[in-house]
Amino acid sequence: MLLDFEKPITELEEKITGMKTLAQQSGVDVSKAVDSLEKKLQKLKEETYKNLTRWQRVQLSRHQDRPYTLDYIYEITDEFVELHGDRNVGDDRAMVGGFGAIGEQTVMFVGQQKGRNTKQRQERNFGMANPEGYRKALRLFNLAEKFKKPIVTFIDTPGAYPGLEAESRGQAEAIARNMRDMSMLSVPVICIVIGEGASGGAIGIGLGDKVFMLENTWYSVISPENCSAILWRSWDYKEQAAEAMKVTAEDMAGFGLVDGIIKEPLGGAHTNMKWQATQIKKTILKSIKELQSLDTELMIENRINKFCGMGVVQE
Amino acid sequence: MPWFQRKDKGIQTPTKEKKDVPDGLWYKTPSGKIIHTRELKSNSYVCPDDEFHVRIGSKEYFEILFDKNKFTELDKNMHSADPLKFVDSKPYPDRISASQKKTDLKDAIRTAHGKMDDLDVTIGCMDFNFIGGSMGSVVGEKIARAIDHSIKNKQPFIMISKSGGARMMEAGFSLMQMAKTSAKLALLAKANVPFISVLTDPTTGGVTASYAMLGDFNIAEPKALIGFAGPRVIRETIGKDLPKGFQSSEFLLEHGFLDFIVDRRQMKSKMATLLRMLQ
Repeated sequence: MLLDFEKPITELEEKITGMKTLAQQSGVDVSKAVDSLEKKLQKLKEETYKNLTRWQRVQLSRHQDRPYTLDYIYEITDEFVELHGDRNVGDDRAMVGGFGAIGEQTVMFVGQQKGRNTKQRQERNFGMANPEGYRKALRLFNLAEKFKKPIVTFIDTPGAYPGLEAESRGQAEAIARNMRDMSMLSVPVICIVIGEGASGGAIGIGLGDKVFMLENTWYSVISPENCSAILWRSWDYKEQAAEAMKVTAEDMAGFGLVDGIIKEPLGGAHTNMKWQATQIKKTILKSIKELQSLDTELMIENRINKFCGMGVVQE
Repeated sequence: MPWFQRKDKGIQTPTKEKKDVPDGLWYKTPSGKIIHTRELKSNSYVCPDDEFHVRIGSKEYFEILFDKNKFTELDKNMHSADPLKFVDSKPYPDRISASQKKTDLKDAIRTAHGKMDDLDVTIGCMDFNFIGGSMGSVVGEKIARAIDHSIKNKQPFIMISKSGGARMMEAGFSLMQMAKTSAKLALLAKANVPFISVLTDPTTGGVTASYAMLGDFNIAEPKALIGFAGPRVIRETIGKDLPKGFQSSEFLLEHGFLDFIVDRRQMKSKMATLLRMLQ
């Protein structure tokens, strides 16, 4: 499934490939024509991806080929040991985590995990964690604190799961507790929105010293579709809702609600996963170094003050 | 012989001169009981016939909880800005001023300190009438400052929640109020100052998923709707009807998320008893 704005690009790419194949078979020199088409392609890509609407970025954040949490973890770390379970109810496959080594640095990774095919999507519950997912995350945060290892969370969720069992087992309490306890963690916490950052489900692992968003992601209080359904009383206003809520990385960084943007390759993270992982890795290591140079008490104070400073009121 | 006899013949009152019972003099509960509003008020807005807890706002809760209705309001003039220049069917500032006119409130919360049964307390109370009691920057900031006041004066903090969740018209800013209030409550906990969260009908969404669930004591009024996702969303997700009593106070008590359910008429004395034991 191609996104609408990807179609002209793919068509051009196919045309170029076709020409090259034909040239090989017939021995005709088409290099000039190919050259000009490739230039045209580059220009088209730049024009498309530099002028994406907010809704198009939301679409990119959900792209079927987009790298997910475990893709990045395995790409970034030299070793990774996945850890399971909340020691209470079960193991939530929508929330993954474990210790990973980046060179000499051990890091606790935690994040929502989506699936790539129907079977995986069901197994991962579309990246929608239940309370035990948030409690598993908190258990891992506490482990990290115990062994004095920094924490990195990857946020990628369409929301915390709105189900019967989720309510019975206290979805709201699990998210609330995570935020409160994360605010006091004595190790550096770095949060990165790698796809969708939907509401409580996202911020339930999102209270970090440094919060970054990849360029083509969204982070807000509700998805554009649901906002449209509630405020416009129809599913058809998702584009307007995305514009009105200003949900993109650029918006959120502009408001000071996140600390920075991690660039993506032209066309989105999925077009060059290795490059993307390197950017993320660099950001993580730089942030850890910066935060480790601070006194722990000061780091916690800064973290709390940062979130307490968010909001605009008049008096 | 008829029981009544009309003395004057041919009485005809024009419609415009006919007298009506003033609006709001009588209240009808969902079970059909009818009660005079004065009686309702003197009974903490609980219908004596069927114990139905009528939805009330900060004005009434302050009246019920603060001794002699005496309190000092905090950040009385704080009101919403429009950081996103948000427009849906109408601009956000218009929605705000319409709500202000309708409710005579500045936003969906009021905070105050005063005496409750002779104890110094800080109380925050949400108003559902104001855009569904939704949490934007003002709600978050007022709670944060009320908590600061609690910490500074070592006064127990009581938060009465009644909200549909975070306010969409402040999008990302609203979301961050969840983080902000939770972080502030971590500081309150660190200072060993008690926090009672009172959940009333309805408390859902981002409010439940932040300060409302973080009480040292989570208590609720009877039969209140309390949840993370709204019932409609859950019904649509799972594709079947919800069990009876799902997401009610009683349901939450049974599942271990409330300390107790309290009748509004005993709320003040029960909270005071509890807080006294902590002194």
